[in-house]
Amino acid sequence: MSAGEAVAADRERAVLDAIERTRRARPRLKEDRVVLAHGAGGKATHTLIEAVFMPVLGNPALQAREDQAVFEVGGASIAFTTDTFVVSPLFFPGGSIGDLAINGTVNDLAMSGARPLYLSAGFVLEEGFPIADLRRIVADMGAAAAAAGVSVVTGDTKVVQRGKADGCYVNTAGVGLLEGERRLGADRIRPGDALIVSGGVGDHGVTVMLARGELDLQADLASDTISLYPMVRDLLTAAPGVRCLRDATRGGVATILNEWAVAAGCGIVADEDAVPVRAEVRGACEILGIDPLYVACEGRFLAAVDPADVDAALAALHRHPDGRDAAVIGHTKEEPPGLVLLRTGFGGTRVLDMLIGDPLPRIC
Amino acid sequence: MRFVDEYRDAETAQVASAQITALCEPGRSYRFMEVCGGHTHTIYKHGLEDYLPESVQLVHGPGCPVCVIPMGRVDDAIAIAEQPGVILTCFGDMMRVPGGNGSFFDATARGADIRMVYSPLDALKIAKANPDKRVVFMAIGFETTAPSTAITLRRAAADRVDNFSVFCNHVTILPAIKAILDSPDMRLDGFLGPGHVSTVIGCRPYEFIAADYHRPIVVAGFEPLDLLASVVMLLTQLREGRCAVENQYTRVVPWDGNPLALDAIAETMVLRPHFEWRGLGFISHSALSVHPDYAAFDAERIFELPGIRVADPKSCQCGEVLKGVINPWECKVFGTACTPETPIGTCMVSSEGACAAYYNFGRFTRRRVRQEIAG
Repeated sequence: MSAGEAVAADRERAVLDAIERTRRARPRLKEDRVVLAHGAGGKATHTLIEAVFMPVLGNPALQAREDQAVFEVGGASIAFTTDTFVVSPLFFPGGSIGDLAINGTVNDLAMSGARPLYLSAGFVLEEGFPIADLRRIVADMGAAAAAAGVSVVTGDTKVVQRGKADGCYVNTAGVGLLEGERRLGADRIRPGDALIVSGGVGDHGVTVMLARGELDLQADLASDTISLYPMVRDLLTAAPGVRCLRDATRGGVATILNEWAVAAGCGIVADEDAVPVRAEVRGACEILGIDPLYVACEGRFLAAVDPADVDAALAALHRHPDGRDAAVIGHTKEEPPGLVLLRTGFGGTRVLDMLIGDPLPRIC
Repeated sequence: MRFVDEYRDAETAQVASAQITALCEPGRSYRFMEVCGGHTHTIYKHGLEDYLPESVQLVHGPGCPVCVIPMGRVDDAIAIAEQPGVILTCFGDMMRVPGGNGSFFDATARGADIRMVYSPLDALKIAKANPDKRVVFMAIGFETTAPSTAITLRRAAADRVDNFSVFCNHVTILPAIKAILDSPDMRLDGFLGPGHVSTVIGCRPYEFIAADYHRPIVVAGFEPLDLLASVVMLLTQLREGRCAVENQYTRVVPWDGNPLALDAIAETMVLRPHFEWRGLGFISHSALSVHPDYAAFDAERIFELPGIRVADPKSCQCGEVLKGVINPWECKVFGTACTPETPIGTCMVSSEGACAAYYNFGRFTRRRVRQEIAG
């Protein structure tokens, strides 16, 4: 390397360091109105949360920034979460907004290691919405709740004028019970941990997008929406070294890896070829110019696992029909802190960043 | 995935990489410009630079359709969208491009109806489905996308869809390449030619690059092995002391282009005397407007546009990046004030923009990445 090149390399490094400092700085909300990206689960969502919600509502449980809060009530450890569903269309191959509303909340509870117990359901309905469609949605909710072993124990219904909502929105909240002393969380992740994905990614997001019928693309795909609790229960029993779980919903696998890299202050190296992706999903993503690693799933999760327990964890997942394709997709490392690197299928290396903007609005 | 995985094979890449290293003359460094933003995206997305010796540098060119749209045109489009009863349609990449008064996303948050489409024909469908609305398609892109706009104009005329119009921002690649070749900052050893543009215009129009400017150009495909093979072809020419137009992307690009597509463009569009390119300024005969025969479908005639030239922010160095004069990270605001979430310049917006590609995928020096992975 010549002296000139060395100076340039030093300058580049200085610029990159400045960028990392900027990225760690408290995000500033520049928009004066809500834009779609604020709901996409990526950087804009984080910015909105940090700028608007956290300063006013912040408390230790909220500041854990997990998908559920865990707290003690009368000596019991309770997990509590809520989620709102605005998916369009309401019905798609493999499920409906009803399935998502139950499974989404059940899964957020399960990711803390809790046993999901009781759910609430709130409906915002548009004047003129067909009762037959509402019945279908509620039937799906009933079936999903039975499959997950939870009960919907309270609810609410609101109707707004025609044109003021798009058919039907559903909110659910849920509580679950944490049994035993074991706690999971991104702060428990250590360098050297293996990162496991529980199955093929991207099915749900691509299915919903194709179901909109705007793209003239067809593929034999169905949403992956399921209750993850049975798989999580068996995983936690089989592998005491599981440190953290998160379901790969909005923002996909890539966003979770970034959240973990930042929360645990470690680096992550992931292997693109190791991530299970169905050929139909890859094909659709290739045509549309989106990366399957950013596409939402509704029945897949990531696990950070002590390397000593990887085989036990994989064996436990492989015993479930929905965990057959579970695979190690990468590892945490000491360096570079807060950054996710992807070894591409082509054999190169690049940064895998958080989702920016929203390639697929209203996917859940 | 068939027809894709073959062009992403790591073992073949190793072979090409060894060939490239062998072709490089010791002590010499090479700067090749990939003209097209699609190439820039491929290079970063697949980590292609890991296969290149440090003496071979790829310089990002002006061929990113979104990047070259000046702020004033974004403002004009928003002015159209904010007219009563208008649906503006555009490609998804346009939504976040900042104008003088925010982006399309900001305009939709204020109440404008701006919709993303994957094809101009989808915009025409929206027009047919909404006869009480005026539907405008914001056409952007080089010769690659111009034919689909041309076909849509033809169909709109044939079907008499009189509530449809096109806000034409199509640009042509050759004047931009010529502007770069004429620039006093030019320090390039050759070009990776734009594959998709060439499917339309063919390879012949690049002959002036070899004949008058004595630089080799290889029309390249968009998979990572296409690019490595094209670098091999460029280095072979230099090694043999030749400068010629060569076609690596023969599976798609005919030497004479696509006459049907060229006819459709010629029928529906005409060259503008000049057009402003973001960062590059006004370039003569570098853009297309809707042909007078299709005036009824020309949004620039139908709507009153502010047409105000908005100067780029002073801190923005998109022009130097688009000309390949500086690396993205050498821009003063790169990655600090200007990021993909809050872009100042267009190069940070599109996935084909050099700054966005570098920020999203390459925000790490190659040497450092190798150390981290090895460690």
